[in-house]
Amino acid sequence: MSPTIGILALQGAVDLHASALARLDIEAVMVRTPTQLDTVDALILPGGESSAMSKLLVLNGLFDPLQIRLHDGMPALGTCAGMILLAAGVLDGRADQRSFAAIDIDVRRNAFGRQNDSFETELELPEIGEVPIHAVFIRAPVVERTGAEVEVLATIDGDRPVACRQGAVIVTSFHPELADDLRVHELFLAGVAA
Amino acid sequence: MAVKKAAVTKSAAKKAPKSKNVVHAQPVRETGTQLVKRGLADMLKGGVIMDVVDPEQARIAEDAGAIAVMALERVPSDIRRDGGVARMSDPEMIEGIKAVTTIPVMAKARIGHFAEAQILQSLGVDYIDESEVLTPADEAHHIDKWAFTTPFVCGATNLGEALRRISEGACMIRSKGEAGTGNVVEAVRHLRSILGDIRKIGTADSAELFEWAKQLQAPLPLVQEIARTGTLPVPMFCAGGIATPADASLVMQLGAQAVFVGSGIFKSEDPSRMARAIVEATANFNDPDVLAKVSRGLGDAMPGLEIGSLETKLADRGW
Repeated sequence: MSPTIGILALQGAVDLHASALARLDIEAVMVRTPTQLDTVDALILPGGESSAMSKLLVLNGLFDPLQIRLHDGMPALGTCAGMILLAAGVLDGRADQRSFAAIDIDVRRNAFGRQNDSFETELELPEIGEVPIHAVFIRAPVVERTGAEVEVLATIDGDRPVACRQGAVIVTSFHPELADDLRVHELFLAGVAA
Repeated sequence: MAVKKAAVTKSAAKKAPKSKNVVHAQPVRETGTQLVKRGLADMLKGGVIMDVVDPEQARIAEDAGAIAVMALERVPSDIRRDGGVARMSDPEMIEGIKAVTTIPVMAKARIGHFAEAQILQSLGVDYIDESEVLTPADEAHHIDKWAFTTPFVCGATNLGEALRRISEGACMIRSKGEAGTGNVVEAVRHLRSILGDIRKIGTADSAELFEWAKQLQAPLPLVQEIARTGTLPVPMFCAGGIATPADASLVMQLGAQAVFVGSGIFKSEDPSRMARAIVEATANFNDPDVLAKVSRGLGDAMPGLEIGSLETKLADRGW
């Protein structure tokens, strides 16, 4: 049986990830409760506001069960806010902001500035092929520290990591769900299947 | 979409020596594109945007899990009570709010007042609301929103109004409702009108779309796009009259993708609790058990107003 993919559906661009998966013939499960979490084999943490999502994870009783699943090795894809939630450390976050440490990186929130500095660009991401990916950065975070186990998949400005992988966990500063390119989702699904 | 320039060639990126004398060719970065502007609206889906009048309220809103705050001098219910001309907020006050929050900060400009919008863009707010809650500055024209890097949200009472705003460059639509009343009836009317017409267009044949465009006084290509996709081309949020967690759930179930709460939070008895309850209700809008739990013991919601008793209907502003 093919693995069940969930999308953390507390807030954010949940629908865009769902339609990206739908284009790959995958019907995703919306995850808002621990019971729903139990039914999935892998989870996408979408873009949105990480501070609000972090709060809702606790209020919905999802934080601890999800932390256990992630530490047990559940594959996960985190985009933008999702990357912040999966990180080990968050800089410029709120004091009460919690994250899962599912990947050994520290990230800085809003590292490129406010909305007027949000941008789209072509980004080299060799792991998905030679053609650069069209990457949309919205009030985006950047990776400031990577642990020894972490692979940097893409950088911007020469040396600032914006896509990383550790085992079956992939994170991106940008929003693959906003462009038509499905290769990041495919890369994640390949890791889930492996 | 605008021009896409090719990225630096792989060999150049890999082989160029790291020396201060070498200028590396960087892939072009485009700011202020439609994708970037609509993208932020996409990220706000499922959340609550709260009106705040000072840094302390902004902190309460963010603590409660707001996904953005709307900085303004007076909440709509006070504007309604005080009367007079309501204008853009003092930049100092907006900056004070920006300084204490990590979430996006929005601010309002008067309808047609592009100079206020230019000031808000210069202040670096994350979204500009061209809002009927303020006194209109132009009785015929809305702002040409394509001219800005900062994205705009606009109100609408029906689909034609929504599509005219989108054709002027708005990247997010909010149904207007009737701000400052604590009465959700107008929000429901506007939401049903917009979403009902979208559903009808979805079943229209290609010849009927011309008549739809004429009736709505909206650009034909946008009407055709709705017929093709079955949705508005930009995210659609709800505003104007939401005062309880149940109100938030109602409009989300009707099809709103996020909610704006104005006077409903800081005019209630316990703003901090009400704010958190509306955040939880919006995220779990389909789960009556959660709604029952968060609706308990919130104290008084803001005092409400009958629509028939209003001297001014703010929703009538805008053309």
